[in-house]
Amino acid sequence: MIIFLPLVAGLALAALPRLGDRTARWTWVAVTAVDLALIIGLWLRYETPPPGGLAFEEQVPWIPGVNSSYHLGVDGLSLPLIAMTGVIFLACAVYALRNRRRPRAQAALFLFLHSVSLGLFLAADLILFFVFFDLSIVGMYFVIAGWGHGNPGRSAMKFFLYTFLGSLALLVGFIGLYVAAEPHTFDMPALAAATPLAGRPLAGGLVLAAILVGLAVKTPTVPFHTWLPPAHTDAPSVGSAVLAGVLLKMGTYGFVRIAMPMLPQAWRAWAWVIVVVGVVSVLYGALVALAQTNVKRMIAYTSVNHMGYIVLAVGVAGLVAGDTAAARSIAVTGAVYQMVSHGLITAALFLLTGVLRDRAGSYEMREYGGLAAPAPRFAAVFAVGAFASLGLPAFTGFIAEFQIFTGSVAAAPVTAVAILGILVTAALFLRALQGLLAGDTRGRAVGFTDLRPAEVWSVGPLLLLSLLFGVLPRPLLDVIEPASATVIDLVGR
Amino acid sequence: MQTDMMRPLLLLPEMLLVVGALTALLGGSFVPRHRQWIIRVLTAVVLVAVVGTAAVGLAGPTRTAFDDSFTVDTATGAARIIAAVGTLLVLVLAADEIAGAARESEICALLLFGTAGTVLLAGADDLLVLAVGFLLATIPLYGLIGIVSTAAGAEAAVKTYLLGALLGILLLLGVTVLSGLTGSTGYADLTARLADAPPGAVTAAAVALVAGLVFKAGGVPGHFWVPDAAQGANATAATFLTTVPKIGALVAIYRLVGVLPDTVPWPVLVATVAVASMTWGNLAAYWQSDPRRLLGWSTVSQVGFLLVPVVVAGRSDLALPSLLLYLAGYTVTNIAAFAVTAALPDRRDLADYRGLAAQAPWLAAALVVALLGLVGTPPTVVFIGKLTTATAAWDGGHGWLAVVVFANTLISLFYYLRWIVPTYRRPEPGGHPAERSSAVGRWASRTAVTAAAVSLALGLAGGMVWTAVSGP
Repeated sequence: MIIFLPLVAGLALAALPRLGDRTARWTWVAVTAVDLALIIGLWLRYETPPPGGLAFEEQVPWIPGVNSSYHLGVDGLSLPLIAMTGVIFLACAVYALRNRRRPRAQAALFLFLHSVSLGLFLAADLILFFVFFDLSIVGMYFVIAGWGHGNPGRSAMKFFLYTFLGSLALLVGFIGLYVAAEPHTFDMPALAAATPLAGRPLAGGLVLAAILVGLAVKTPTVPFHTWLPPAHTDAPSVGSAVLAGVLLKMGTYGFVRIAMPMLPQAWRAWAWVIVVVGVVSVLYGALVALAQTNVKRMIAYTSVNHMGYIVLAVGVAGLVAGDTAAARSIAVTGAVYQMVSHGLITAALFLLTGVLRDRAGSYEMREYGGLAAPAPRFAAVFAVGAFASLGLPAFTGFIAEFQIFTGSVAAAPVTAVAILGILVTAALFLRALQGLLAGDTRGRAVGFTDLRPAEVWSVGPLLLLSLLFGVLPRPLLDVIEPASATVIDLVGR
Repeated sequence: MQTDMMRPLLLLPEMLLVVGALTALLGGSFVPRHRQWIIRVLTAVVLVAVVGTAAVGLAGPTRTAFDDSFTVDTATGAARIIAAVGTLLVLVLAADEIAGAARESEICALLLFGTAGTVLLAGADDLLVLAVGFLLATIPLYGLIGIVSTAAGAEAAVKTYLLGALLGILLLLGVTVLSGLTGSTGYADLTARLADAPPGAVTAAAVALVAGLVFKAGGVPGHFWVPDAAQGANATAATFLTTVPKIGALVAIYRLVGVLPDTVPWPVLVATVAVASMTWGNLAAYWQSDPRRLLGWSTVSQVGFLLVPVVVAGRSDLALPSLLLYLAGYTVTNIAAFAVTAALPDRRDLADYRGLAAQAPWLAAALVVALLGLVGTPPTVVFIGKLTTATAAWDGGHGWLAVVVFANTLISLFYYLRWIVPTYRRPEPGGHPAERSSAVGRWASRTAVTAAAVSLALGLAGGMVWTAVSGP
């Protein structure tokens, strides 16, 4: 129901050609709002399932010949991400109320993406997961190619080819799991319980490698991140918000949902590699972001940096040794927290860069200056977003990164190197704030119109939620903690 | 006893096809030019009847007819239905092109003959039936390709004819060698006796037979005619010959390798053909600028994918169902893609497709579904076919083949995107020349949308299709 409401609405919008643009935009907002209400209802009725189980399960056979079924369910890993998805899509719908470029088609496409994203986080079957994974790529391709600017065709093509390569690698890994499991199945809980390939390190390593490549392209981590900056720069701002906020999480979610529980032995064997990739992503992402002059590109690279923290945390979770289970569990909790946090904050920042382009047609930092005078609301909101993103206490980013480092450093002290990443991020955001907002009003900042209501009402709630769960993390942690403890148990087998 | 062994009624769908073809051919001479649509309706009725009778046969148990020379089992039943539905779609698509044309009834007859040949190939359980099916499926193609009297059409027809004659003779040579070695042509006898035959001779004969059938399927090395024919022939013929004959040829290869003893390294042989076909087809499709030629090469690569389950025939339970499922999916999806080119006869270059989405949104959507379907994007049916095919390959001990399948899928994505990208571009200001004369074939675009929708629906209902092709 939650999954298909947006899809049905999207198809209806696509099929009714005479619908006015205004109606289309408001229908989009209404549908996403109703869907978010449904998700909140789901959350209120949610009770932590037993370890390895799922709440609100639904299962219908789909392709019985290969034991694939339409199997859905939520647990502590997916529920926060589902809620975050609902919030981000609603924010995008509100933001896009001002869009004038083919709003009907855009609404239909985003509702399709909305369904696909929710479906992915709910899926409890590998093939179902893959179907949604692939459809998200197709949907985003059309978003970038259809509503992008700059050189959208090329960026969209690069995005499609890269992530499609990743999805195919993922599929190869899934088939490997299927063939190794006895009886053959694509069902996630069954595979997690069976841990196929347990006694075969080589085959397990190869299958894990295929799955890791698939997820790493999507996440993206160094060295598979090169599709990200052009895709973000040329995508429309709502597209960037969804891409960074929701689609990148599909990769990291795959780590905790698929790779870790199903291939624990291989994961432990390769944990150091994953930790190193995570640390490199953190540092590289931060340093390259520091070198950017284009605001949007800079935020895109900070995504690589933030995703690096998550990869680091899940890598650390595989470093099974003695009494570090509690620390590793904290790291995984921090990773899931970071997924939600990064989703909210980065979506907000991308929407704000959309305002820059909308008003003055440029993302170049040096062309602006002193925006605080003509646009005080924009300046305030952007500053809040930047501070949230660099991990200031009282925002979700702080809680997430604090947990990640507490867990990681306790389990593997070397990982403290990655803390430098936070330092660099802080520097680059402060520099951006200074360049854009402070000083004399000059360049394109002259005559800059301040945020309009639709923009305030889309960006504001995202940052407010980040603040809310930064101050009161308990409700969210109560949901995540049991699930991350389960993941640690599964990896420790 | 004699009649019991013959069981002619089991071949009712084939008989319907042949009788229908003869009626169309003769009837066409007696029906006035402006009433030729009667023949087309008759052809359609015959095809619907074939689907019906084949469905009845599919529900029944496996039986053989004419002294075990023709098998009616799940594979035959599925091939009959797929081929008849495919031909029916081609016939609807053809309405724009052949209505009132001079050769309307002849085209109908040739389509029916070709379909009959393909289902004979699919059910053949005897080398002689195989040879007859091959000829019956091939000869109508020469006519269909050459029926347009253009230079390109004539060239394509000659090319097809020469290659067909050469590889047809090879096929007959293979038949001769095998029957000489064993003194029989029935598959049951061959299975029993070939194990003791000299492996070298059996291998040579197997190569010859597979070469002939690969020509029919349009795979490497018998593929040279495919792109020329897809480009040079009219849309009806191009759609038909890149789709329907493959069904029979691939099922026939599947049955044939089941006969071969383990002394013959046929899995390596078929795997080589499969890999060569998908890779060569993909690489050659890369820089084609004519969409029909691009599709022609893409069908060559699809044959490679379709041969993958044949490699693991007998070693994985998934092999036959995944082959049939892939065939069904390929047929509707490929027809959808060709139908789009048929609907837009003025656009003969990928660049001409610019702005199509704004001009004909449904047709553009059908094109995207068809092309992404051919790539194997979920939830279209080809995705399930590719998935089960790769799974079958891995399950049968050829994990590397699954990896090759996906590597090739990635390669193929690029050229399909070359076609999708302009479709969703904004139209050029002032309009493209092809746009001003925007003739859109009504029937062809309906076929495109229908076939694309079927491709999606079959994908979503993948479980039901799988059950149907898995047999009792």
